[in-house]
Amino acid sequence: MGTNNQHTHNFTQQFEFSGKAKTWSLIAILIGVAAIAYGFLLDPAEYHSERTFANLLLMGYYFTCVCAAGAFFLALQLVTQSAWSAGLIRIPQAFAKVLPIASVILLVICAAGLFSHNLYHHWNLEGITEVGNEHYDAAIAKKAGFLNAPFFLIRLVFFLTIYSIFALVLTRFSDREDLVGGLANYKKSFKISAIFLVIFGFTTPIWAFDTIMSLEAHWFSTMFGWYNFAAMFISGLCAITVTVILLKKAGYMSWVNHNHIHDLGKFVFAFSIFWTYIWFSQFLLIWYANMPEETVYFFKRWEPEYKLWFWLNIVINFLAPVLILMTRDAKRRTNTLLAVCILLLCGHWLDYYLMIMPGTVESNRQFGITELGIFIGFVGLFSFLMMTQLAKKPLAAKNHPFLEESLHHSI
Amino acid sequence: MSNVKYILGHFEDPDEMMHGIDKLQENNIGIYDVYTPMPIHGIEEKLGYKRSRLPIAAFCFGITGTLTAISMIYYMLVYDWPMNIGGKPSLAMPDFVPITFELTILFAAYGMMFTFFYANHLFPGRAPRVMDLRATNDRFVIAIDAKTNPYPDKIENLLKEAGAVEVMHNERKYVSYE
Repeated sequence: MGTNNQHTHNFTQQFEFSGKAKTWSLIAILIGVAAIAYGFLLDPAEYHSERTFANLLLMGYYFTCVCAAGAFFLALQLVTQSAWSAGLIRIPQAFAKVLPIASVILLVICAAGLFSHNLYHHWNLEGITEVGNEHYDAAIAKKAGFLNAPFFLIRLVFFLTIYSIFALVLTRFSDREDLVGGLANYKKSFKISAIFLVIFGFTTPIWAFDTIMSLEAHWFSTMFGWYNFAAMFISGLCAITVTVILLKKAGYMSWVNHNHIHDLGKFVFAFSIFWTYIWFSQFLLIWYANMPEETVYFFKRWEPEYKLWFWLNIVINFLAPVLILMTRDAKRRTNTLLAVCILLLCGHWLDYYLMIMPGTVESNRQFGITELGIFIGFVGLFSFLMMTQLAKKPLAAKNHPFLEESLHHSI
Repeated sequence: MSNVKYILGHFEDPDEMMHGIDKLQENNIGIYDVYTPMPIHGIEEKLGYKRSRLPIAAFCFGITGTLTAISMIYYMLVYDWPMNIGGKPSLAMPDFVPITFELTILFAAYGMMFTFFYANHLFPGRAPRVMDLRATNDRFVIAIDAKTNPYPDKIENLLKEAGAVEVMHNERKYVSYE
């Protein structure tokens, strides 16, 4: 709008990855490595390797999901031609650039768990499809056409490769836009994003069915894919919000103001409710129909060792954001939003914990060095890789067609 | 004493109108209201408007809806006529959630709508209160109360200086009643 175009923002500002951020993320990685070593070698419990694998799967999947959510967020902003997010688009881009590494880590964990029989032993067991064998399971034998080790790995490789390629292509377009300007790159990334969203929407449920739901292969739920998608998007949004707020606190990104943070807060609020909606839809149908093959899932989570966590999951992931973030002021108070986002990131760890543990370590559930250490390790790994990518490019996409409009965003 | 009640400054450009608001405020001339055909960012802060209390009304109506739903279902399915549905207890809370949710939304939405209509004097049969019809089309209009602000010539000059294309001295407040 003509008169107020003068601004003092330095769009070539680059994030400097050094000092405390680097030290602490490296220390966190070391804690993670130590916890994995402890889990495999020193842990006296009988289920120690299964427990460590379950935790690795949890964090590997969480890590990949947050990076994939970055790519999804990026594609969503491009397809909707959103202007408000133009100033902070480099953060989901940094997430997306880590996706290939996260995918490789998840693949290694899944493959190692599969072949060492620490994960997926409900369907991947010697002779489980042979009639007459002591392990024979009629229900699993019927599913063997889909649930078998080679096809499982092929699907996983296929999905993760596609997501990674799209994530890299989208960030490449944005980087090229920085150099040459113009609308050509934006228009191309619009098309690529639309294709990516269709593929992503149809394949993420299958990805979730494979990696998480098949841990308890006798049980199935068609809501499970969307349930995981909701968890993925909300945790990705929280990670983006936390990154933006911490960068602003460190004095970067002067062009991102309370209005942008408010919009991120609205996203976090809305998708917490969306997650609850999906979670409850799955729960209500199973509870109401009361069919034994379905209720077994919640029966396990209602046992004394999980019941408290089951309720805590709802309190953290639904009640906390709804009650704390309901007012406009709360979403605009940076510290409140930061605290809620960190709480939700921990809450969705618990959510994944409740998806994975009853199907792997079952009643030998524990919470100790392995759980905490691997969580810290992956947080450090993610921070380290993400900030390394973030530091490579300027923090603003200076030729983004909507950057000017983003500066005037006001709600 | 003239019969002019309101002075209306017509602008064709929102930036010029914002400039006009600044000019008037610098000269301590109280602005009655501003009418624009589209939302303009930052205008509420400039005019010093308080935030809308509509969300509070929405919350109250929402809570009313929640309580209505819970008490209604409780009376029907637990107190008055308990039924055995699939062996579930009469007070089956998960079952109540969708209905409670829907009634909360219904009450909040309709309550908000009627509150908005009430606050803006919009209901069937009521002539809408419009101070200038072109403000709903292509003009940005600043309205100044002529009774509380003396020197209409000075106001007219200020508006013209800021880029007003037309200044009207209206003897009645709402043209839409005519």
